[in-house]
This record gives sequence, C-alpha cells and structure tokens, in this order.
Amino acid sequence: MLRVCDLSELPPGESIRISESNTAVPVAVFNADGVIYAVDDTCSHQDASLSEGWLDGCFVECPLHAASFDLRTGLPTCLPAKKPVRTHQVSVVDGVIWLHQAAQDVA
Amino acid sequence: MKTITVVGASLAGLSAARELRAQGFDGRLVIVGEEPHQPYDRPPLSKDFLLGRAEEADLALTDAAERAALEAEWMLGVHANGLDTGAGEVLLDNGTVRTDGVVIATGARPRILAGQGNLNGVHTLRTIEDALTLRADLERAERVVVVGAGFIGAEVASACATRGLQVTVVEAAPKPLAGLGDEMASACAALHTDHGVRLLCGTGVAGLSGDHRVREVLLRDGSSIEADVVVIGVGVVPTTEWLDGSGLSLVNGVVCDPGCRTDLPDVVAVGDVANVGGHRVEHWTNATRQPRVAVRNLLAGALVESCADVPYFWSDQYGVRIQFAGRVLPSDKVEVVEGSVEDRAFVAVWRREAVEVGVLAFNNTKSFNRRRRALPL
Ligand SMILES: Cc1cc2nc3c(=O)[nH]c(=O)nc-3n(C[C@H](O)[C@H](O)[C@H](O)COP(=O)(O)OP(=O)(O)OC[C@H]3O[C@@H](n4cnc5c(N)ncnc54)[C@H](O)[C@@H]3O)c2cc1C
Ligand code: FES
Repeated sequence: MLRVCDLSELPPGESIRISESNTAVPVAVFNADGVIYAVDDTCSHQDASLSEGWLDGCFVECPLHAASFDLRTGLPTCLPAKKPVRTHQVSVVDGVIWLHQAAQDVA
Repeated sequence: MKTITVVGASLAGLSAARELRAQGFDGRLVIVGEEPHQPYDRPPLSKDFLLGRAEEADLALTDAAERAALEAEWMLGVHANGLDTGAGEVLLDNGTVRTDGVVIATGARPRILAGQGNLNGVHTLRTIEDALTLRADLERAERVVVVGAGFIGAEVASACATRGLQVTVVEAAPKPLAGLGDEMASACAALHTDHGVRLLCGTGVAGLSGDHRVREVLLRDGSSIEADVVVIGVGVVPTTEWLDGSGLSLVNGVVCDPGCRTDLPDVVAVGDVANVGGHRVEHWTNATRQPRVAVRNLLAGALVESCADVPYFWSDQYGVRIQFAGRVLPSDKVEVVEGSVEDRAFVAVWRREAVEVGVLAFNNTKSFNRRRRALPL
C-alpha cells in the first residue's frame, strides 16, 4: 500500500495526483463529499489529467474535452470517452489515505 | 420528418447524427461525406500524428458498434453539389437524395496563399491525406518554413522542432495571434523562440520558388528563406460553394439564427461552416456542442433553444497546453492572476468593466476550467 496523504490534506471537492514514480501509471485520488476514490489519472480519451478535472459528486469531468467518469466504476458517462479508466482501492486508516497497488479493471 | 440528410461526415456531422437518434428521430438518416473515410479526429493531425505517436486507427471518432446502432445510410466519397429545397433534394455527384430535413456540416478548408502555386513540398493541413504526405515529406527534410503563426501553424512548427528540423515561422502581422493582445500574443510567440524556432513577423510572403519542388520562400521585403518543406497555415474558409444558388444566406459561412437554423425551413447548420447568431467558431468543442441545439430546433420545427456556449479551444505546443475561452475585445483589460508568463505556466483573465470575459492558461487546466465555468455568455 502507498501512503497518499493525510485525510485533512484532501478536503471534500479536492483531488491529488500521484505520479508514476510511485505507481505504475499516474493515479488521481479524489475526495468526493467525504468519500475517497482513486482512478488512473490519464483520461481514456486523449492526454489529460483527471486530477485536474471538475469534481461533481462522484463524477469527474475531464479538463480537456469534458468527458465525465463515474469514480465508483471508472465508466465514462458521456462522449468523447468510450473506454473506462481503471479504479483503485483506497482506505482511510487513522486519518491517513492509503492506495492499494493493484488496479481494478472494469469487467 | 421521414428523412434527414446530414451533409459533411466529420465531427459536427457525426455529432448531429448521434443527436438525431438520441433525440428520438427514427426515420431514414442519410450521411453524405466527401472524404472516403469514416469520421476521424483532426486535432491530433498537427500534434501526435505528425510526430508518429498516433496512427490512423487512433483518430477514429466512431466504431462499428456505434455505426450499427445509428442505423444511418453512409454515402462516403460522395460530394454534395447543391440543395434544392423546393424539390426537397440534396443534389449529389451521382444522383439525389429526397429529404425532408438537412443538417449542413461541411466544415472548412485551408485558405490558399496568393502565389502558393503547386510546387512539390508545399502543404496545407486539414485531412488525413494532408497529414500523411506532410509526415512523409518531413522524413527527408532539414529546413521547414511555416507560413502563418496561428495555432495550427504553431503546432506544426512545434512538431517539426521536436523532430529536430530547422524551423522558421513567417507571420505577416506584426505579432502572431493579435486578437489576444500584445502581452499574451508575446507569451505565445516566446514559445517558438524558447525552442530554437525562428519567428519572423511583419513580413508577408511574396511567393515560392523552385523547379518542381519548392526551394525558397520569397518575402515581401525582398529577402528569401531556403526551405525543403513549406507548410501554409493562414486560416480556413467555410465550405459553402456547394450551396451557391440554394437560397441560403452565405456570409462568413451559412448564416443561422442563435439556434443554428438557416433562412430555409428544415435546414440547420453546425460546426466550422455555421455562422450562428453572428459568430462562426472554428473549434472542436463547438462542433460537438452545437448539434444538440440544432437538432432540437430542427425536430421541433421552431426556435426552441439557442446555443449558450462560451467558445473554447485548446492547443498543444512545445510541451505546453494552451487553453482559451471567451470572446475578448482589444479594449478588455488582461491580467495574469496565477503563475507567471516567464515560467510558461499561468492563468490570465480579461475583464470588461469588472466582469471576467475571457481566460487563457498555459499548463494550468485546473484553474482554467474553474474560471471558464464562471464566464458569462
Ligand atoms: C490540423 C488541425 C488541428 C486542429 N486542432 C484543434 C485543437 O487543438 N483544438 C480545437 O479546438 N480545434 C482544433 N481543430 C479544429 C477542429 O478540428 C474543427 O473545429 C472541427 O474539425 C470542425 O468540425 P466540422 O465537422 O464542423 O468540420 P470539418 O472537420 O471540416 O468537416 C467537414 C466535412 O465535410 C466534408 N464536406 C465538405 N464539403 C462537402 C460537400 N459538398 N459534400 C460532402 N461532404 C463535404 C469535408 O470533406 C469534411 O469531411 C484543428 C483542426 C485541424 C485541421
Ligand atoms: S482527453 Fe479527456 S475527454 Fe478528451
């Protein structure tokens, strides 16, 4: 498991990018109204960083062409993205956010 | 309406076809496109595709499953010659289509430079064929001259510099991208010089010389620049010739009301070709967003919704992501509100009275989008 940050450093509505020096690919971690989610950071459409996107509930909108992804499943909810992004398990233990290393492919 | 014909099978045309089905049109849907290809994405053509980091398959905008679900009749490699609304027909090279409604999505094509001629080694960039021939030509080139320092010209220059070529950009105006104002135009211009690309402003091109192949670009001031490859990026013109005599008003594109409706009933226009409510926008996002409104009005047979988007585009050059949104005037005041121009990472806003009307960012998508959302129409 990888230590992301203290929960207090990631308030609701915020996101953080974990660079590929720590994980196989960059990962975006979000605090969606108190629930922590993590997905692959690079949009499945083209080259944009989802951690820089717009968080609306548990959906993140890509900052380049506005595809939206459901952070619970990684599935896109609108074009131009057609493919999902992988989700990652996270846990919060004693006020610290941890990222589990193995990604979940969408079935 | 029993039949609706979409003319132009690119981003705006495909988006319109998707919207027609999404909004419940279950009649005959015909899509006519001059290019022999299924719809593909143009922005990568001046970016990753030129660098060989993207191939044709990466450009596809649609796949077999989606096409099956659309249940459209695709007429690809077919040129539309005219529109006869009296008869309810779209006239084609090889026949006609009887139709009740029409979506015009014929986009734009590169403007030709006076004196461009037809020497080998001289390119414009709009289609996949253009990109393939340019890419092949760059394999053998050492010196490239890009005429026009707009966004596509700048992206081509950036790709050529990344490929290790010696690049000169020639711009007739005193500064590139004059619409951004002095300070921001300089910020964009600096990206060229940062990367060893020579930028010559204030000198127009008088002509090109060479035997079969271009050898030199001749400038108005009497000087010349040697070139193995020349790329002309001096803007685009809306593709409306095929509509001459149709009764449509054609001024800077197909003239439409704010809901993409033309002066002819049951004919709407979308994307680069459409002059909607006095604005013609040549950006990707516009071509994906207008069709929803246009189709809604077409199916309603009335103006029930107007387009309400602030224009937005992005450009990737020299490893910098540039994003811009809004409509700015020379009298608006611009201010850098985050980061710094020197670091090539900043956000700048334009204000009219106290209201933010435009935002430009270099490598700061997050703040850019927050501010973009707050812009007034
Ligand atoms: C190299 C390049 C890079 C770009 N980069 C960016 C970018 O970074 N960001 C951005 O926001 N925008 C960018 N754009 C702009 C964006 O691609 C366009 O805004 C978009 O393609 C417009 O879509 P459209 O469907 O309206 O028109 P087009 O894509 O021009 O398509 C029109 C289609 O209609 C067809 N057609 C024309 N006349 C006829 C006829 N008479 N009969 C049948 N078919 C016809 C044409 O062959 C064409 O396939 C770029 C464009 C290019 C060329
Ligand atoms: S890169 Fe995310 S929608 Fe295009």
